[in-house]
Amino acid sequence: MYTIKNYVTAESLEQAAALKEKGRNNVIIGGNLWLKMGSRSIQNAIDLSRLHLDGIEEDAEGFRIGCMVTLRELEVHEGLKGTFGNIFKEAVRHIVGVQFRNLATVGGSIFPRFGFSDVLTAFMSCDSYVELYRGGRIPIREFAEMPLDNDILTHIYIKKDGRKVRYQSYRITETDFPVLTCAVIRKENDFSVVLGARPKRAVCIDGIALEAPEEEAARERFAAQVAERTEFGSNMRGSAAYRRELARVLILRALAELTEDKTC
Amino acid sequence: MLIELFLNEEKVQADIRPDMMLLDFLRSRGLKSMKRGCDTGNCGLCTVWVDGKPVLSCGVPAARVQGAHITTLEGVQAEAEEFSRFLAEEGADQCGFCSPGLIMNVLALKKENPHPTEAEMKEYLAGNLCRCTGYQAQYRALVKYFGIEEVQQG
Repeated sequence: MYTIKNYVTAESLEQAAALKEKGRNNVIIGGNLWLKMGSRSIQNAIDLSRLHLDGIEEDAEGFRIGCMVTLRELEVHEGLKGTFGNIFKEAVRHIVGVQFRNLATVGGSIFPRFGFSDVLTAFMSCDSYVELYRGGRIPIREFAEMPLDNDILTHIYIKKDGRKVRYQSYRITETDFPVLTCAVIRKENDFSVVLGARPKRAVCIDGIALEAPEEEAARERFAAQVAERTEFGSNMRGSAAYRRELARVLILRALAELTEDKTC
Repeated sequence: MLIELFLNEEKVQADIRPDMMLLDFLRSRGLKSMKRGCDTGNCGLCTVWVDGKPVLSCGVPAARVQGAHITTLEGVQAEAEEFSRFLAEEGADQCGFCSPGLIMNVLALKKENPHPTEAEMKEYLAGNLCRCTGYQAQYRALVKYFGIEEVQQG
């Protein structure tokens, strides 16, 4: 368990940023579920929950999601479902339980860029941008490769661009961390794939052609090529070779869903 | 640090440590229904409601619930007793350690979705672990409590 010397309910982002920049012992409290598992000595625990960062706003071009929005809110939001289908519901519904998802936040899931993150995989499958207090708006795929720094993630913006996405994940035990996460994206006849929990951070694999998606053999070739090109690693949940095989299967399942969906 | 909140609708003020969790705060007030089962946010035994939503009190900083309405099992006794009768009739309780957390989440599900399907019910309650039983008696009790007519196998 951590220790906290001062619990600061921030009155502004400026105040929060100034405190955070004082050093590593000054920490933003997101959902607190991961942070509390550690044993850090925290000088200032900075709480953003009174800064109105807990809303999902829709405009003509997309959705702006505050960093304090919970995973449960992401899961049940009708606007997101109407625009993006079941991506977010499917990505988070296996994460522990409803009580956990009522606490875990979008910002707390995305900012640390956890390798195991279903949430990072889901956002990377859309045309998403993180909004940082100091760094401004950055494409999430670029952000996913950046090292951790002292900035504060305030929002995520997702553009509506008409893409179709199907999300798959595999767990050894329900509610556990995933062994692999997978999102297949279709933009007209372009297909790309995001693979997460490799166990490293999620990556996007694109530039591989799938010219006849209605043909099973073509889908199998595509899935095998993506799996071959992706770098996997080993940990207690599975070996790199196992993950490569899983990736092929999950991509095929997602492709089958995409090609059976007549709206795609 | 000072906090002010509503505990089962009673206004309460308290002086807390900055790193105190809601679970420890509630137990320090004599509310002992919620338990620290795993302390990793996985078991659901510490479930309470914050502003009507079920959460894991082992993961909520007490300082964050300033001004919030906290509901524990002690605050919903009539509803808890009603569901407990279904559990008892199916012989679902063994040690009973996990029951308060389960009941709080079942009542939260009932508020959110009064007529769930069996799949919706199981998904909503996936974060409530029981290490004594195989869940079957709880599922029988839940199917009757929610009036779910067709029990699907598998």
